[in-house]
Amino acid sequence: MLDIALPIAFTLVSFALALSLLRLIIGPDLPDRILALDTLYINSIALLILLGLYLGSALYFEAALLIAVMGFVGTVALSKYLLRGDIME
Amino acid sequence: MLETILALLIIIGAFFTLVGSIGLYKLPDFYMRLHGPTKATTLGVGAILVASALYFSFKPGEISLHEILVTVFLFITAPVSAHLMAKAAIHIKLKQIERTKNTPYQADNNS
Amino acid sequence: MINKILPHPILTVVLWISWLLLNNSFDPGHMVLGLILAIFIPWFTSSFWQEKVCLKNPLTLLKFFGVVMWDIVIANITVAKLILGKNDKLQPAFFYIDLDVEHRLGISILANTISLTPGTVSCDLTADRKRLLIHALHVEDIDQTIADIKQRYEKPLKEVFTKC
Repeated sequence: MLDIALPIAFTLVSFALALSLLRLIIGPDLPDRILALDTLYINSIALLILLGLYLGSALYFEAALLIAVMGFVGTVALSKYLLRGDIME
Repeated sequence: MLETILALLIIIGAFFTLVGSIGLYKLPDFYMRLHGPTKATTLGVGAILVASALYFSFKPGEISLHEILVTVFLFITAPVSAHLMAKAAIHIKLKQIERTKNTPYQADNNS
Repeated sequence: MINKILPHPILTVVLWISWLLLNNSFDPGHMVLGLILAIFIPWFTSSFWQEKVCLKNPLTLLKFFGVVMWDIVIANITVAKLILGKNDKLQPAFFYIDLDVEHRLGISILANTISLTPGTVSCDLTADRKRLLIHALHVEDIDQTIADIKQRYEKPLKEVFTKC
């Protein structure tokens, strides 16, 4: 059962990554790009966990945790830059 | 039995992840796009993580619960980053789609 | 006495559990090391946590989390339908909700809950912490939505987070 479910899940998550990447490219504004980047982070966590399930190894969990933390910090920093950067003008 | 539950969780999770990204791609303005990733993607990744926790808990005969940590972390941080992004978007006065009721800039109240 | 050793008991428990989960083991060694860290970290960071948190009704809080979990699943099915359906018919809206909760933690939990549940995202909080700006993906009756949020999420939070 899992050998059928995993490839399907890989396909779906890959499409999700592709769509987020498209939104990252077409923009049109800075917040859209930040949001797309955030979604890319979360999608890549899903992909990593699926890879861990596929290979039967729990090693990838650490990477997923790091991506989650760094993704959150990155998103917050970019949003804060937008909030602050405008005031300086 | 376990395999069926795992397969279902994985497929549902992947589906919701995709729905979040579809929302991100096709909704018309930023504030609406915010809804896709904050809700659908978070639940989708949460379902996949729960599947992973179940898989590693039952497979080698030892408990593996650290996936719970990532799930909880995502569920706490997703609304926070959404809130900050929305705040930043309002701050730089991003345009919303015309049929939106009310605007955030002139603070006329609900009702 | 117990307040001196454990200035923030909830923080201590959370830190201990996360240490054990991070190491993914429940060996006695990790238990002890985690407990030491969980006692000392609140000491060193206590100047960041000036506001005291005290829970009045833990059972109400648990029930609240159960309701929220269920609502998250329902919300996702609703939002998935809205996203996959025709987007032209969606009626997005901004609106303010007047807050009754005064506790800071209560407000942040309420805002997080609103972001995770049916078609609403919290966008901004006014400086006096009295009103919360919300964006809804599809709303037919704003007053009804506000009443729902107040009844379902704010009431239990108001019971749990009161001044102590």
